Amino acid sequence: MVKAQIRTEDLKLWFGENQVLKAVNIEIHRKLITAMIGPSGCGKSTLLRCFNRMNDLIPETRIKGKVMVDEENIYHPKANVTEIRTRVGMVFQKPNPFPKSIFKNVAYGVTIQGKLNKSETQDRVEKSLRDAWLWDEVKDRLHESAFSLSGGQQQRLCIARALANNPEVLLLDEPTSALDPQSTARIEELCLELKSRVTILIVTHNIAQAGRISDYAAFMYLGELVEFGETSKVFTVPQDKRTEAYLTGVFG
Amino acid sequence: MSKRKLTNHLGIGIIILTFLITVVFLIVFILRIFYKGYSVLSWEFLFSSPKEAMTAGGIYPAIVGTFWLTALSIALALPMGIMTAIYLKCFGRPWWFVKTVRIAINTLAGIPSIIYGLFGMAVFVNLLKLDVSLISGALTLAILALPVIINASEEALRQVPNEFREASLALGATERQTILKVLVPTALPNILTGAILAIGRVAGETAPIMFTAATFYTRILPKSLSDEVMALPYHIYALMTEGTNSAKQVPIAYGSALVLMILALAISAIAIYIRFQIRKKRKW
Amino acid sequence: MNSYKEKLFKVVTYTASMFTIVLLFGIIVSIFREGIPLFRVVSLKDFLGGLAWYPTHENPQFGIRTLLAGSVYVTLGALMVAIPLGLGSAIFVSEIARPRLRELAKPVIELLAGIPSVVYGLFGMAFLAPLIREWFNLDTGLNIFTSSIILGIMIVPIIASMSEDAISNVPKALREASYALGGTKWETIAKVVVPSAKSGIIGSVLLGFGRAIGETMVVLMVAGGSAQMPKSLFQSVRPMTSTIAAEMGETVVGDLHYRSLFAIAIVLFGITFLSNLITELVFLKRR
Repeated sequence: MVKAQIRTEDLKLWFGENQVLKAVNIEIHRKLITAMIGPSGCGKSTLLRCFNRMNDLIPETRIKGKVMVDEENIYHPKANVTEIRTRVGMVFQKPNPFPKSIFKNVAYGVTIQGKLNKSETQDRVEKSLRDAWLWDEVKDRLHESAFSLSGGQQQRLCIARALANNPEVLLLDEPTSALDPQSTARIEELCLELKSRVTILIVTHNIAQAGRISDYAAFMYLGELVEFGETSKVFTVPQDKRTEAYLTGVFG
Repeated sequence: MSKRKLTNHLGIGIIILTFLITVVFLIVFILRIFYKGYSVLSWEFLFSSPKEAMTAGGIYPAIVGTFWLTALSIALALPMGIMTAIYLKCFGRPWWFVKTVRIAINTLAGIPSIIYGLFGMAVFVNLLKLDVSLISGALTLAILALPVIINASEEALRQVPNEFREASLALGATERQTILKVLVPTALPNILTGAILAIGRVAGETAPIMFTAATFYTRILPKSLSDEVMALPYHIYALMTEGTNSAKQVPIAYGSALVLMILALAISAIAIYIRFQIRKKRKW
Repeated sequence: MNSYKEKLFKVVTYTASMFTIVLLFGIIVSIFREGIPLFRVVSLKDFLGGLAWYPTHENPQFGIRTLLAGSVYVTLGALMVAIPLGLGSAIFVSEIARPRLRELAKPVIELLAGIPSVVYGLFGMAFLAPLIREWFNLDTGLNIFTSSIILGIMIVPIIASMSEDAISNVPKALREASYALGGTKWETIAKVVVPSAKSGIIGSVLLGFGRAIGETMVVLMVAGGSAQMPKSLFQSVRPMTSTIAAEMGETVVGDLHYRSLFAIAIVLFGITFLSNLITELVFLKRR
C-alpha cells in the first residue's frame, strides 16, 4: 500500500484570535488530482497554503497539528522551509510572473539553488516550458519580458516556473479564476496531463471544474473538512447535507 | 443667490491670482538668472580657472569640486540607504527598533543643513583630523543625503507587489534571495530616481560644506581626498560677499548660478522623466 | 550553509539601519559637547534673554535674543508669503486647472523645489534688494521684508506640493456630495475640500516652517546681518543660522565664541526637533 503523499493530523490554524482551520484530517493521494471546494472564506486556500508553509508569511498565524509530506512533518521546528517549498510547488490565483524575461522566470528556481550549469539550466527551462505547453509559443522570444504574454500564457508560465523545480506536489490556488474560458480549458487539460508526474491539489470556486478534472474532492465549510472522497461519489451521493446544499447551489 | 455667486467668483479669482503671482515671480526669478548668467557663459568660462582674485576667469575648479563632492557623497549614502530600507521594509522587526529608526530618519531629515555643517566640522574636520577636505565634505553631504535615499528606497520597495515575494518564496527561495533577486531589481529604477533627486539636492548645498570642504579660491583641481575643493554653491556665495570688486564679481556669480541651476534642474528633470517613463511602462 | 548567509545579510542590513540612530545621536552629542561648556561662563538666562551679541568684544557678550528674533521674524514673514501663495497654487492646480495644466504643474513644482537656495540668495541680493531699496527709499534693501519674500518664494514649492497631495486625495464623492446639495465651486473648496485636507495642509506648513527657520544661505545673503531688535519690517536682522555661518570662520576651535555658535545650533536643533514632533503628531492623529 502506497502511503499518502500529504497527510494532516488534527491541523488547526488561527489568524490572531480567529480560528480558520478546525482539526483538519486529510490524506492526499499520490499522482492524482484532489480538488478543494467550498464557499469563500471556508479555509480551503489557507489549508492549501499549509502544505508549503506559505502561511508562515502572514503575521500572527498560529498552527497546531502536523502536516506530513512523504511522512515528514513539515512543521517540525527543524524542517527546512525552502527545501519544502522546492518540493511542493505553488501557482497562485493571479498570474504573478516576475518582471524579468520569460527565460529568467522559468530558470529562477534552479538559479537560486545554483546546482545546474548553464546548459543544464537551458535544458530544464525548455523541458518545463514544453511540459506546460508553452514552448512553441515562446521559443523565439525567451528573452522578452514575461509581461508580453497573455494572461493565460502567463499562468502557464507560472506553472512552468513551478515545474522547473521538479516538484512532487503542485498546489494550484484558483489558478483559472482570472482567466478567460479558453485559457481555463487549456489549463484544465494541462492538469490532467501533468498528474502522471506530480500530485496536484487545486482549490477552486468552480464546482464544474472540480467535477471535470479531479479524482478526489474535499468539501470545506467554516474551517471544517466536511466531506472528502472520490469526486464521483462526493458529487453524486454526498454524505453530508451541507455538501449537497453547496453542490446544488443553495449557498456559495 | 447673487451674493453667493459673487463670493464664488471672488474666491476663485483670488486663488487664480495667487497662482499667477507665484508663476510670475518664479518666471522673473528664472529669467533673471538665465539672462544675466547667459551673458557671461562661454566654453572658456566653463573650462578655465578663476583669475585675478576671482574678478576674472572661469569656474572649472568649482564645477570639478562640486562633481566630486556629489559623486562621493552619493556613492557613500546609496548603499547605506538601500540596506536600511531593506531592513525596514523586508524584516521590519522588532517594531520598537523600526519605530526608533523611523524617528531617527525623520529627525535627520528635518535638521537644518548648517547643523550638518557644524557636525561635519566637529567630527570629521577636528575630531578625526581629516581637515577641511573633499572627504570631510563628502561625508557630511552623505549624511545629509541619507534620509532622502532611505525614504525613496523604502517607498520603491513598498511599491513592489507582494505577489512577487510570495512567488519567489513559493519557489523555494530564501528571504535574502527573494530580496536580492526579485525585490531590489524590481524596485531599482525607482530607487535610482530617488538617488538622482538626492544628487540634485546635494549638489546645491552650501552650508554643510562651508567649514568642511570648500575653499574660497584655488586654481588647481583636487588631486586627492584630503585636498580642499572649490564648489559652485560656495563660489556663488563667496563672489557675492567676499572680495572687493563687486562690479566684476556679480556677473561671475550669475554665471555660476546659471550653471548650478541648470545642473540641478537637469538632474531633477532626468529623475522626474525616468519616473514618468517607469509609471507609464509598468505592468504590475 | 545558507542559513549563515541569511543571518549575515540580516545582520548587515540591521547594522545599516542602526547606523541612522547612531548618526542622530552623534549629531546631538557633538553639538551639545561643543556647545554646553559655554554655560559654565554664560548663564542660560543671559544667553537666551540677553540683547547684546558681542562675541569678539574685549568683554564679550553672548545674548541671542536679537538673533532669535531675527530668525522668528524672517520665518514668520516667509510663511506669510508662502502660505497664501502655496496653498492657493495647490488649490488652483488640483481644483481649478485643466488636467493638462495639472499634469504639467506637478513636475514643475517638484523641479522648483530642487533649485539651490544659494541661487535664491543671489537673486535676492543682486536683484530684489536694490529694487526694494529704491521703491521704499531705504538705506539698504537687505532686510526682513526682502528676505521674507525670497525665503517665502523658496518654500512655496514645498507647501504647494504637499498641500496639493492632500487636496487631491480628498475623495471625489465628498465634492460630488457638496455640488449635489447645490454648493458653488468656492463653497465646495472652502467648506468641504480644504477642511478635509486640513492635516496634510498643516503638515505642509510645518514642513515649510522647518525649512525656513533652518535655511542659511538666503538669510545670510539677504537679511542684512545686524544683530538688533528690529523696529520695522525694513530693518536688517541677523538670524541664528546666518550668525553661525558668518562667524564660524573667525573662531578658534574651543574658544567661547566657537562654543556660543554651537550653543545657537542647540537652540536651532531644539526648534526644528519640536516642529518635527508636532508634524508627526498631526499626521499620527490623521490615522
